[in-house]
Amino acid sequence: MSRLFLPRDAAALALGAEAVGEAIAREASARGLSVEIVRTGTRGACWLEPLLEAETPAGRIGYGGVSPGDVPGLFEAGLLVGGAHPKRVGRPGDLPWFAGQTRLTFARCGIVDPLSIEDYRAHGGCEGLARAVAMGPEAVLEEIVKSGLRGRGGAGFPAGIKWRTAARADADRKYIVCNADEGDSGTFADRMLMEGDPFLLIEGMAIAGYAVGARQGYVYIRSEYPHAIRTVRAAIERARGAGLLGADIAGSGFGFDIAVRVGAGAYICGEETALLDSLEGKRGVVRAKPPLPAIEGLFGRPTVINNVLTLAAAPWILAHGGAAYAALGAGRSLGTLAVQLAGNVARGGLVEVPFGLSLRALIEEWGGGTASGRPVRAVQVGGPLGAYFPESLLGTPLDYEAFAAAGGMLGHGGVVVFDDSVDMAAQARFAFEFCAAESCGKCTPCRIGAVRGMEAMDRIAAGTEVARNRALIDDLCELMADASLCAMGGLTPNPVASALRHFPEDFRSAAQAAE
Amino acid sequence: MRGAHVASMDQATRGKASNTGLPAPADAAQLEAILAAHADSEGALLPVLHAVQETFGYVPAAAVAPIAEALNLSKAEVTGVVSFYHDFRDAPAGRHVLKLCRAEACQAMGGRGLAERALRRLGIGWGGTTANGALTVEAVYCLGLCAIAPAALLDGEPVARLDGPALDVLCARAEAP
Repeated sequence: MSRLFLPRDAAALALGAEAVGEAIAREASARGLSVEIVRTGTRGACWLEPLLEAETPAGRIGYGGVSPGDVPGLFEAGLLVGGAHPKRVGRPGDLPWFAGQTRLTFARCGIVDPLSIEDYRAHGGCEGLARAVAMGPEAVLEEIVKSGLRGRGGAGFPAGIKWRTAARADADRKYIVCNADEGDSGTFADRMLMEGDPFLLIEGMAIAGYAVGARQGYVYIRSEYPHAIRTVRAAIERARGAGLLGADIAGSGFGFDIAVRVGAGAYICGEETALLDSLEGKRGVVRAKPPLPAIEGLFGRPTVINNVLTLAAAPWILAHGGAAYAALGAGRSLGTLAVQLAGNVARGGLVEVPFGLSLRALIEEWGGGTASGRPVRAVQVGGPLGAYFPESLLGTPLDYEAFAAAGGMLGHGGVVVFDDSVDMAAQARFAFEFCAAESCGKCTPCRIGAVRGMEAMDRIAAGTEVARNRALIDDLCELMADASLCAMGGLTPNPVASALRHFPEDFRSAAQAAE
Repeated sequence: MRGAHVASMDQATRGKASNTGLPAPADAAQLEAILAAHADSEGALLPVLHAVQETFGYVPAAAVAPIAEALNLSKAEVTGVVSFYHDFRDAPAGRHVLKLCRAEACQAMGGRGLAERALRRLGIGWGGTTANGALTVEAVYCLGLCAIAPAALLDGEPVARLDGPALDVLCARAEAP
């Protein structure tokens, strides 16, 4: 029996992986060959999808960008033994694109069958939880603090402090909530992990539950990710069967279980307190802080709410020690960052590297420049609320503090590249439009400010009282940044102000241009 | 108590075939089954609304009172949640739903022009349904397919690296009566 590996990650499916799988089955049967097709997640080289791999004595040999029409020729070329073919890329791990990465969180993604607990164990899974229950909750908290792990959702708050706060809070019950409402454009790391290695997230949540004394976990997944929802639900079932979840996790005598909850298309629910309200069955409206969720969170109980990647980092930290994790990275940004290279880029996908790599190295060395072949003009980092950087700022290292110093933010690690055809006035207007559409409506600066900003942008585009409207936008940006209740209104000025500052030529109206 | 409210839903829809093609009492029974299935879960409103929409294709106004009653909420609270979230519809969609991404990564690959062209050709705006009731086009802000933009979901199935001709083919297939 020959074995082939074919991703069923949404990105691979979007590029025809299902039809490739059907073509392989047809061709194998026509040739009387016995072939097993293992469906994996993606390794993250979206530009190479569908990436078909054959198990050979020399390792797994990849064939990139395979279409159903390629399949007969691939068999002819000796696909099952790694034969030569124009689409052959060799061992994927040897490609510079992968060899230059440091895969901790995404080590298994694209390699294992996401729903095989045996596969998970064979590739180092469950070691973190086993070590955690052997050392006791207090020592687990110590390791997380020592690792320097910071929240990967965007705010970068130290995870160990959050966990310790919830652990020390006294309550009848506590919760672990996973924020999988990955709404930022340009980000897909959470989706990729949930589809490609869901047991890692489950193990991370179980470690968090054990450390803080929470018996119930929720994964709040956005409805735009139907494949991730199905995979995580199936993985939870299997994790219960394998003792990773349930009344006695990993033989500790401690009980922990997880349920999946599905969002309903509201970007604001990625904000942690709005997510908690949504989980409680309410409108996703932001809460004022304090109280911190770690003290008064879901249903008023102490709650650790962390991003997918934060929780998924915990098993590695527990298995290898907090100090080993902290040895990676730069400054106060320790460990690895899962960068998502997206938009107008030739070789987009997920790049996990220690903090500190420059934006330029990422875009040029990994991304291979733009997909269109035109020059890079603007790069938006950190989602729709992140700043637009011009060419001159591409030397900025990927590091929370360095990005803040350059007037931007790293956020959830999404990097969206635009070529020179971009209209930055349209991008700035879109930032206000998006905020107006997605504001929860609780605070006035965000709810009203975004609408007024959009109107002022339209007047500038029409050449009406340009100077006055520019002043109004500056004023609105200052007000929204200072007086909004949460990051939605507070950060919308980032894309607007950065577009105005770095690309002023795009804001001259047609009328001015004619003058 | 719940039974009484479900009965009033029957009255509200009595005499006309429901959108699921089932007679109204069957709708009420389905709703009751959904409510019973979520009776023990905490903060159950969103899971209930998702289940209702999956069953009926939208959240019927007549379902609000029984849901509120079962979850010990006011009708205003339930209606407030339905109207807050983009996903919940108060009327049925077309037979196919195309969710086109409008977010930045897709914009960087020409998504804006692509969407405008498709909507113009179909003669609808965002959220609109073609005259033959075949296709609804909705805006979505990011599908996590940002490295292979522009992207869309057609009836839950992802498609990416869309260009004009590819989108035309998708729409034509979905639009067919």
